[in-house]
Amino acid sequence: MMFVARVDVRLRPGIADPEGATIARALPALGFDDVREMQVGRCFRFEIDAADEATARQRARDLAQRLLANPVIEQSELELTALGPAGDRP
Amino acid sequence: MSTRVGVVVFPGTNCEHDVVSAFERAGAAASLVWHTEERLVGFDAVVLPGGFAHGDYLRPGAIARFSPVMGAVTRFASAGGPVLGICNGFQVLTEVGLLPGALVKNRGLRFLCTPTRLRISSARSVLTGGVEPGAELQIPVNHFSGSYVCDGRTLAQLRDTDSVVLRYVENPNGSIDDIAGISNAQGNVVGLMPHPERASDQLLGSTDGLLLLRAVVAAAAGVRAA
Repeated sequence: MMFVARVDVRLRPGIADPEGATIARALPALGFDDVREMQVGRCFRFEIDAADEATARQRARDLAQRLLANPVIEQSELELTALGPAGDRP
Repeated sequence: MSTRVGVVVFPGTNCEHDVVSAFERAGAAASLVWHTEERLVGFDAVVLPGGFAHGDYLRPGAIARFSPVMGAVTRFASAGGPVLGICNGFQVLTEVGLLPGALVKNRGLRFLCTPTRLRISSARSVLTGGVEPGAELQIPVNHFSGSYVCDGRTLAQLRDTDSVVLRYVENPNGSIDDIAGISNAQGNVVGLMPHPERASDQLLGSTDGLLLLRAVVAAAAGVRAA
């Protein structure tokens, strides 16, 4: 089975996010005074071939924690969707 | 025979020749080691110089950590060999887990290329052995992600084990506790953001970096003799 994984990596609470703060400061000038808690992170999308969803989830989480995010400063969230049998692409 | 320093080169490293030249001025014989080497043979100390290893893609040091040479660097460090990471090299050492914490973007999102004043906080490391704690040095920084962060427990451990090696006199980048450089608990693995090789000749405005590089050379000679 092929699965699509999306990994959202953001700085942990308490770690300064100067990019987010800079964007937040620019927002009132654009009329977005209602926006709060702007955070900057990264999103990774990849496909993973696994026997079942639990295995795919485990592998994707492992990749996220070992490489995509640095657990000292970042946290990651995983979203997994089944794509169908390998080679079967919508 | 002079002390032999291996200077690791990743794709994107750009300070290796300056580091070789500075270590030669500090009395060592230095040579380059390509990152695909799986063994470090015949070296008394290993240096990871500054630059943009693997383009700094993902995070500075994140990909360099998987270069074949890093296994050898880790073994060298475990055996007590002196390992020094300068700037990008410091970032690599934190990513590979040889040093705690991480380096994030500078406060104010400013790329910094400027001389800084540093205070020696501990003489226990291979970088600062023989240099008096409290002594001030002038050595430049050149980085975008040089703000050191770690959790409270790690910071307490660093202080308890006297592993904060260098502090900025005037914090340029927002590093926690003004940290410019740290060591592991044993003191043989050291990372710092400032570039001692850029303060190794009168022509560069300061020779203070030589004090640190000579300390590494002396520590390396000591390990070899032991």
